[in-house]
Amino acid sequence: MSAFPGMAEGFPDLSGMPAARRAHWGRWLSALLILLVLLAIGRAFARGQIEWAYVARFLTVPVIVDGVVNTIVMSVLAMALGIVLGVLVAVMRLSPNPVLTAVAVGYTWLFRGTPLILQLLLWFNLALVFPTIGIPGLWSGKAVDIMTPLVAALLGLGINQGAYTSEVVRSGLLSVDAGQYEAAQAIGMGHMRALRRIILPQAMRVVLPPIGNEFISLVKATSLASVIQYPEVLHAAENIYYANSRVIELLIVAGLWYLLVVSILTPLQMLLERHFSRGAARVRR
Amino acid sequence: MTRPLVAVRSAVKLFGSYQALKDVSLDVHAGQVLCLVGASGSGKTTLLRCINQLVQLDSGGIWLDGELLGMRQHGGKLHRLSEAEIIRQRLKTGMVFQRFNLFPHKTALENVIEGPVQVQGRKPAEARTAAMELLHRVGLEEKAGSYPSQLSGGQQQRVAIARALSMRPKLMLFDEPTSALDPVLVGEVLAVMKELAREGMTMIVVTHELAFAREVADMVVYMDGGRIVEAGLPDQVLGAPQEARTRAFLSAVLG
Repeated sequence: MSAFPGMAEGFPDLSGMPAARRAHWGRWLSALLILLVLLAIGRAFARGQIEWAYVARFLTVPVIVDGVVNTIVMSVLAMALGIVLGVLVAVMRLSPNPVLTAVAVGYTWLFRGTPLILQLLLWFNLALVFPTIGIPGLWSGKAVDIMTPLVAALLGLGINQGAYTSEVVRSGLLSVDAGQYEAAQAIGMGHMRALRRIILPQAMRVVLPPIGNEFISLVKATSLASVIQYPEVLHAAENIYYANSRVIELLIVAGLWYLLVVSILTPLQMLLERHFSRGAARVRR
Repeated sequence: MTRPLVAVRSAVKLFGSYQALKDVSLDVHAGQVLCLVGASGSGKTTLLRCINQLVQLDSGGIWLDGELLGMRQHGGKLHRLSEAEIIRQRLKTGMVFQRFNLFPHKTALENVIEGPVQVQGRKPAEARTAAMELLHRVGLEEKAGSYPSQLSGGQQQRVAIARALSMRPKLMLFDEPTSALDPVLVGEVLAVMKELAREGMTMIVVTHELAFAREVADMVVYMDGGRIVEAGLPDQVLGAPQEARTRAFLSAVLG
């Protein structure tokens, strides 16, 4: 090994000296305080006027479990509709065609600009505006029969979700370097193929975390569909406590189920994120 | 004289009120290497992008293989071609970008077979064999399964060259292919390009590598302010420039 010529004296040799561990007293102290607060809250609930036996009993009754299944079904269907609409609208928004852009802007403006519960009520009561709906000359039916709680909830939640998802997808599309689109063009791809094969897969990496956020938000937003008689878990819990007056107990039952469903979603999201981060150099922490 | 593979006539390109190209005309014959040199903003890259139709000319025309690019003459007017026709024309050229622009979510091999399989509809197995041959040509056979982020800049650019070649173009366009590279990585990319030139590929190369231009180019064009200032054999333009602006540029670059 060749040495650096003419090095100054007076600097001690630190090689091989171990690094001391920091004590982190603040962390221990704050953890202890938080634990005490949690214990106090837990004790209060244990001593409060809650019959935990009711919670345990109603947690798995068929009506509640059916409600949970309906909540999951509605979340998945509405999110699927939301993602399809979201991708479509985001692509329209960024298209060079001013008509498509205007439609996309109008859609987002309308469905983000009004409360979700109002949209659900409008869909459910569509029969008041249009007694019969259908495609002229092909097919038609009575709106009361078609706008079941399921259809109204799906349209209300899915179309509203699409408006939010489109902005998330748009941010993802904008995050992809313009050179990627040019490279796709240079190997002979048209606009749509470049989007599908090159731009969207890369946008997914950016889009997934906020989409996961949106999905979790949607799982809980399905509870709003209880106002239009869709039999999801909160609706089921309400129906029971109207009969037995165990309000808090049944709300806790519903709350536990929401927590469980959301907890299952988080690892699923991580799996998806890993899939779409192929080739990404960033170190995962 | 034979018909040139590329003929540019009175090309004009505006970006807003900025004139990127002002009346540029040149010919490139099959098998020739043309090097475009000049300062940033001189219009070299814009000219390259017009030939690949990433941007459209505002006036004048470019003929590739005898065919007017991007437009059709009809009833005394020029009509823009459809996307499908533009793609058909674009497939005659391969483009290599300054910043490589490899698809980061695809491996080196997947980058190279993407065009042949998705655009040209070739069978994946066949495209794979052809792609491995191309990766071998650029010396990266063993990196076929690596993602771009796992490759050095020089390796990425060589994959990008293989990707452009996978479409079997008649003309290769290089947009400052070594400008974004570490000095030690420039050589490996230039070596691949020299080999291509030796095999008879027609190439238009925007570059600041004057030694490369002098060694490989059949013609050198010096551009400034959207115009061709001087064009000719490399020894003339780079060795004994006639124009004061060319001399000023060369002394600035060579120091």
